[in-house]
Amino acid sequence: MAEAHRSHFSIWFYIGALLTLYGALILGSGLWQIDHPAPGLALQNLHAGVWWGGFLLVSGLIYLAVFRPRHN
Amino acid sequence: MTMTLAMALPARLINLNPVDWVIIGTYFLATLGLGFYLKRFSETGEDFFLAGRQMTAWVAGLSFLAANLSSLELMGWAASSYEYGILATHWYWIGAVPAMLFLGVVMMPFYYISKTHSVPGYLQLRYGEPTRMLSAICFAFMTVLVSGVNMYAMALVLKIMLGWNISFSIWISAFTVAIYVGLGGLRSAIFNEVLQFMLIWAGAIVISILGLIDVGGWSGLVARIHAEFPGQDYTHLWSGLGSFTANPMGVHWTGIVFGLGLITSFGYWTTDFLVVQRVLAAKDLRSAQMAPIIAAGFKFCVPFIVILPGLLGLAVLPYHLVGQTQAAATGAFSYNEVLPLMLARYCGPGLLGLGITALIAGFMSGMAGNVSAFATVWTYDLHRPMIERRAVRRGLLRPAAAAAAEVAGTGDIVGISGVVPEPLRSDKHYVRMGRASILVGVLISIGTAYFVMQFASIMDYVQALFSFFIAPLFGTVILGMLWKRTTGAGGFWGLLSGTCTSVGMWLAIKVNPGALAYVALSSHAKAMAANLYQALWSGIVCVLVTVVVSLATAPRPEAELNGLVYGCTLLPDDGEMALYQRPWFWAAIVFTVLFIGNLILW
Repeated sequence: MAEAHRSHFSIWFYIGALLTLYGALILGSGLWQIDHPAPGLALQNLHAGVWWGGFLLVSGLIYLAVFRPRHN
Repeated sequence: MTMTLAMALPARLINLNPVDWVIIGTYFLATLGLGFYLKRFSETGEDFFLAGRQMTAWVAGLSFLAANLSSLELMGWAASSYEYGILATHWYWIGAVPAMLFLGVVMMPFYYISKTHSVPGYLQLRYGEPTRMLSAICFAFMTVLVSGVNMYAMALVLKIMLGWNISFSIWISAFTVAIYVGLGGLRSAIFNEVLQFMLIWAGAIVISILGLIDVGGWSGLVARIHAEFPGQDYTHLWSGLGSFTANPMGVHWTGIVFGLGLITSFGYWTTDFLVVQRVLAAKDLRSAQMAPIIAAGFKFCVPFIVILPGLLGLAVLPYHLVGQTQAAATGAFSYNEVLPLMLARYCGPGLLGLGITALIAGFMSGMAGNVSAFATVWTYDLHRPMIERRAVRRGLLRPAAAAAAEVAGTGDIVGISGVVPEPLRSDKHYVRMGRASILVGVLISIGTAYFVMQFASIMDYVQALFSFFIAPLFGTVILGMLWKRTTGAGGFWGLLSGTCTSVGMWLAIKVNPGALAYVALSSHAKAMAANLYQALWSGIVCVLVTVVVSLATAPRPEAELNGLVYGCTLLPDDGEMALYQRPWFWAAIVFTVLFIGNLILW
């Protein structure tokens, strides 16, 4: 899946790494906000940070696994 | 009520938490890191300006869309949907999807087979040097202006959200883009655009999902808008377009179908080099054809993250937003600020950082698209012909050889071998020129950003620019591709007269607003509608003048049109290919979905 043949660089792997990092940060922040709600925010009871952070984390890990560099 | 509430609101919408800063900072490091890493693969002209022509259909397609998904898309169209309602969706559906499909199925083979490096380059091959120069100058002018609009939009968001100084935001974002595009060229711009595309969706879609839950789904949204704005139709695509006065935009369906759907849309999506450049970087013809079709599929979905937040703003914000001029005078929030306001309403720490990252990513992808396209057009279509003309004057190059060099020269810009004994300039010279022009383009854009602050509406301003240059250009390109009788003189005079017509109408309305009634066929038309009709008339003038002048001048021999014109070009055989692998099959599916979507929201 290397997009640039000469560089053997996969942009999807790079994106996976970033999504994993972002997912972990947002999930962690969402969990913290369960006990420390932010003032003036609508729909806090839905804990959007938890489920969206979790979704990004899982998506990022899938990208990392599928597009990991392979040595022929 | 609007003024009282707005003036009671804080000057800064939100305060970021450490986790938000980490997310934003990581994004800047990721984009810069990509640029530094890819620099090693961008040493030749082909690598720097065309990404080595190695991109897959998905990468080229997402980049094609992301280059357009700039701050104007995210902020400007969210603002337009608050102001005009769901009518703004037309700019994504009929105003984009058919043209993108047409580019993939019909036009891409000619762009790709001609091995041109740019749209002005195609015009040079088809019509000759004058048309190329006219197009290149107009394009270069437009790209730096649009880039400036991007910068201003981003600085505005950062000022509202974070209280950042506008000048600081402009300079820091501009130089980040200059570094990563300057280092890695088009390859870096494209890969960053794909990254930005993913982040835009990841950050922006949360607002729509939470907003729909908040209002009780689509039916709840419609009911709340009707309750908040009684007697106005913000939720139908076509049913209010039977008259100029029955919809918030003051537009008639003829303006949407012909001005937007036919002229402006096809002009932008099929001839604006900013987007076409991404597809030219595809690794083969099928990838080049599939890229705009993939992009069209995603384009159909973009209103979910752009238009919907504006409509949700109409339903849930406890105060009414106003135009930019009134906002400046009263301190109220303007239409342009609806997306940041919705972000602040629903997103807490973490999600907020991701949302702001999505906005910054949109700004940067638009900026990077503009400066990379500007660098290519400047280097290949303006700087290089100047060198060759100078060489002809000095006797280093015969005029015929110069023309042959143009025909031969695609990525191989020094490859005039067999025509002249020595290369005019080394490949590295043109790469250096590309990097320098990126820096210069960014600096001009910064100046433009300060200029744009004086304009009342960001989107109306850019639409006016598109109608100046893009609408007539489509007439020139499509006649050149599909009608072999079109001549060089016809192409040049058609393009020039179409552009002058558009500028003339714009000036006439500026000098005498009463002229709007004649240009847009109604005194009820608003600025956005007027732009559509300007585009329509300029496109018609361009086509008429091109046809008349072409019929009055001698045509080129058909042998010279091979690879450039339908009917004179043997298109490569696709060979044995399953139905699902054929570009037209996917184009038909996307078109069907578009048709159904319009029926549902009629």
